[in-house]
Amino acid sequence: MYDFAYTKPASLADAVRALGGADAKALAGGQTLIPVLKQRLNRPSLVVDLGGLGLAGIAVSTEAVTIGAATTHAAVAASARVQQAFPALACLAAGIGDRQVRNRGTLGGSLANNDPAADYPAVALATDATIRTSRRTIAADGFFQGMFTTALEPDEIITAVSFLIPQRAAYMKFRNPASRHAMVGVFVARGPQGVRVAVTGAGQDGVFRHTAFEQALEKSWSPAALDGVATPTAGLNGDIHASAAYRAHLIGVMAKRAVALAG
Amino acid sequence: MPQVSLTVNGKHATVEVEARTLLVELLRGNLGLTGTHVGCDTSQCGACVVHVDGQSVKSCTMLAVQADGASVTTIEGLAAADGTLHPMQAMFREFHALQCGFCTPGMVMSAIDLVRSHPEGLTEAQIRHGLEGNLCRCTGYHNIVKAIAAAWPLMQDRQPAIAAE
Ligand SMILES: Cc1cc2nc3c(=O)[nH]c(=O)nc-3n(C[C@H](O)[C@H](O)[C@H](O)COP(=O)(O)OP(=O)(O)OC[C@H]3O[C@@H](n4cnc5c(N)ncnc54)[C@H](O)[C@@H]3O)c2cc1C
Ligand code: FES
Ligand code: FES
Repeated sequence: MYDFAYTKPASLADAVRALGGADAKALAGGQTLIPVLKQRLNRPSLVVDLGGLGLAGIAVSTEAVTIGAATTHAAVAASARVQQAFPALACLAAGIGDRQVRNRGTLGGSLANNDPAADYPAVALATDATIRTSRRTIAADGFFQGMFTTALEPDEIITAVSFLIPQRAAYMKFRNPASRHAMVGVFVARGPQGVRVAVTGAGQDGVFRHTAFEQALEKSWSPAALDGVATPTAGLNGDIHASAAYRAHLIGVMAKRAVALAG
Repeated sequence: MPQVSLTVNGKHATVEVEARTLLVELLRGNLGLTGTHVGCDTSQCGACVVHVDGQSVKSCTMLAVQADGASVTTIEGLAAADGTLHPMQAMFREFHALQCGFCTPGMVMSAIDLVRSHPEGLTEAQIRHGLEGNLCRCTGYHNIVKAIAAAWPLMQDRQPAIAAE
């Protein structure tokens, strides 16, 4: 790892200012950034630790679950209020990586990173979550802009994310057994915005909505409604773990299981 | 250079480190606590697991500066002053839960966190799930799972209502 300067601001304004400098990089749980720095894939001159901003916390209302950006995956998974109000969200958080990764990794870091195989982007897109930042609010529909790319400006910090609670929802993930990331993950939700189906792990441009599945499930909310609805392989990833055709098949299987689980 | 003040195994330490220093490098290099191992550079093997403020974390995936003000426990901090092993260590020995021993410090630290966070009891499936962040190339995990199940009742304050499987 190359060396860098380090700062841990105590206020959001100071953190934004620090990130405005050349080659500055925000650090949250470090479960993505530190491995990247170890491999010398990134060389920031300044690392801005967001750990002093007090951005962790969970608020639950009748309509929404709002989670601070610095809340760890473990805290979301273990929250009795999230488990009760939006069980699919708690369940998704409980399935991220392993216990030690969940003890450090955060919601804000996961969304900002937009790894094409990450889990949180799927729930964010399937519920059109509202992403609050240091300067504005961004709807998830406009937030994810391709692999490792988001609407965030370099000096913009996610502060919290609001998920509207769907009536029915579930997440099914087919894990890569070595990395535990999603080979394919499908989040289905039926809620205030109608039926939304978000797919992670499979798309070359990262998370995406499966509109053909959404239309079929609008007509009939049942696994059988997806019989015969094709998933085109164009734009899907093929790698040593799974071909594009295999991923396309998995998307259908995972979506059906998710609808069955959502009930 | 940044200064890090932390408590390690109950002893206070203040160390000057480069910002890029990993917590595991501070433990092994600056403090000479070489029980914590490094088995990979991809944050996947768990040989480096320690407790930071009571939670198990991969010390290879945390900057030393991020541990400023924290209380850290390593494998060296588990046994009593007279050498009496922690129940988890004792059960690892009892059940032959190690062969080469390289993964063991991380396994033991992860296992203790797992047991502490499940006072209601732990099933075999939960133990296996809870060890996802720890790789062992020797044992096949079977005896590790048995050792953790056996340590669970020993780590409860009172007689447990639900026994470990
Ligand atoms: C072994 C292993 C297995 C994993 N498995 C999975 C998995 O199965 N599923 C999954 O989804 N993820 C997985 N991850 C990734 C993990 O979930 C990370 O926690 C997450 O991707 C990043 O969160 P972080 O808090 O660690 O962010 P960091 O690593 O600290 O930061 C990541 C990026 O986000 C930026 N950033 C962080 N916080 C903010 C913020 N508030 N505002 C703006 N930018 C910010 C940083 O600058 C950096 O570019 C795994 C990681 C490891 C090491
Ligand atoms: S050394 Fe492998 S996870 Fe830390
Ligand atoms: S005992 Fe050898 S790696 Fe686990």
